Amino acid sequence: MASAIHILNGSPIGNGPLQELSRNVGKVFGVRTYVTSARLNLDLAYDPSRRQFNSTALLVQLLNSFPGSEEKKIALVGVDLYIPVLTFVFGEAQLDGMAAIVSTHRLSNEYYGLQRNDGLMFQRLEKEIVHEAGHTFGLYHCRHFECAMRSSTYVEEIDLKRSSLCEACSARLDEIR
Amino acid sequence: MNSVPSILVVDDEQIVRDSFSKWFREDGLKVSAAANAAEALQQLQAQKWDIILLDIKMPGMDGMELQGRIKEIDPNATIIFITAHATVDTAVKALKEGAFDYVTKPVDPDYLSHLVTNAIKQRTLTTENLKLKERISEFCRVDDIIGESPQMQKVFELIQTVAKTDTTVMIRGESGTGKELIARAIHSNSNRRYFPIVAVNCGALPEGILESELFGHERGAFTGAQYRRKGKLELADGGTLFLDEVGNIDMKTQMDLLRAIETKQFTRVGGNDNIKVDFRVICATNTDLEKAVSDGTFREDLYYRVNVFTIFIPPIRERKGDIPVLANYFVHKYARAIGKPITSLLPEAMDTLVRYNWPGNVRELENAIERAMVVGKPPAIRPEDLPYQLTEKNHILPTGSLAAVEKAHIASILEQNKWNISRSAEILQIDRVTLYNKIEKYGLRKPSAG
Repeated sequence: MASAIHILNGSPIGNGPLQELSRNVGKVFGVRTYVTSARLNLDLAYDPSRRQFNSTALLVQLLNSFPGSEEKKIALVGVDLYIPVLTFVFGEAQLDGMAAIVSTHRLSNEYYGLQRNDGLMFQRLEKEIVHEAGHTFGLYHCRHFECAMRSSTYVEEIDLKRSSLCEACSARLDEIR
Repeated sequence: MNSVPSILVVDDEQIVRDSFSKWFREDGLKVSAAANAAEALQQLQAQKWDIILLDIKMPGMDGMELQGRIKEIDPNATIIFITAHATVDTAVKALKEGAFDYVTKPVDPDYLSHLVTNAIKQRTLTTENLKLKERISEFCRVDDIIGESPQMQKVFELIQTVAKTDTTVMIRGESGTGKELIARAIHSNSNRRYFPIVAVNCGALPEGILESELFGHERGAFTGAQYRRKGKLELADGGTLFLDEVGNIDMKTQMDLLRAIETKQFTRVGGNDNIKVDFRVICATNTDLEKAVSDGTFREDLYYRVNVFTIFIPPIRERKGDIPVLANYFVHKYARAIGKPITSLLPEAMDTLVRYNWPGNVRELENAIERAMVVGKPPAIRPEDLPYQLTEKNHILPTGSLAAVEKAHIASILEQNKWNISRSAEILQIDRVTLYNKIEKYGLRKPSAG
């Protein structure tokens, strides 16, 4: 069982605002969290025809950067991510694995032509980090509309859910442990 | 459907297989992938998959062709096509071939999520629907047709042979042999079983009424027709029209019926609109239709139209072996119905039933058992519980020689006619001298008065 989650920040957000967010993430999973700056080589994942970045390629890069590590690594990027069959993804995780990637690109209000709201953006980011981290712990999508493990395909759906796990997912997490 | 829905992803590109598999796995679905048609078929034969995501363009057997093969294995498979560049043609073709939907790569995650949710819902409904149909089929089984005799086994074989076809069936047999039950058994075993079987007793309705009953009528078609009314033909749409006592239909209605059977179209009485219907016809009669045709009371063309496949139900006296089986069946049926713990017949009572000639056939037997169940006492039916005519010795066909039958029959006629020799000879269609000789030969004696 992983004893820590490392948030590897490669997004435009500074490490400072991420500290409180990471503590909340740590509480959800009962582990220590660390925030450090780290940049993945985005060029290797860029698809000029889609003008997006292949999240699976970035995930592989992340895994290769920490061979043998048992601590969770969540990489934050500021670019638009995709997987080949989908138009976009907010993030991607290695199910029951050690790595995940989360994009801040579609989490900001400005992306949708709305007024900047940093507070809301951080809430969304926290929920998405919990969501992808949950996958790395082996949790599947949840039907509970407020659970962080609820699948969200629209940013409005992220706003509906909380940054914590529902009772069922918490129980499942305990079982996994 | 299993508690965890399963998805099989069939695509020649590994990256597509991996992406879909990962996405669905995070949803908690059971996922497997196949790189080509052969792998897909192998997995489909090994187990059922709720949803199949199928790439249209693949080397070797393409998605369209594979869909046909999948439908052979699982006709209710829910298939979603994946295509890189959807054209209207390929999309329309895919849907026409029975696909649930199609997606164009890359697909919007929200759209994919909804599509898969809907596909799972439909699959669940289809599975439930199939289960319900199976249960309905169980309800539709006609348990009342009982018979272990070779004659009845042959009837059952004929029902199975003809049920799945749409052939017109003629059921012939004496009154009370269960012709309607046979018609219902054919319907219940046919592909029309989820639609109604509509029975019309053509012998019970006068000429004008039968026409209106069959074809319906428009408002004001005749005095008293205050409302438009659908006829039995319309009600039988999709199902079976059972015409009982078909030999009793008047000539005019025969002509209209023939046209309706041949064209599957008719007009209501007093109406002008052509109504199209789809029904199967099963007829029944206990009359000599061939004689009716030669007498000119039954149309020859209609006779040939309805007399395509004939099932003859033998009278019960010709299959005496079925009497104990039927009797026990009716005992249990009425024991449940009236809540009386009578479970069998005494051997003497059963013997009485077997020796009786049952002119009213199974219906008479059922009535006899029902009566005995009402008057009888647990645990078994006694001979005295049976209706009087059964226990009257003269009405029981003796077993054994022809002479014994003749003796019993003559004695019965004499008794019925209070030993009036002239009257009895007339009924027996022999002369008085012959009757005297037979009385002497069989030692019959007139009962003494008082």
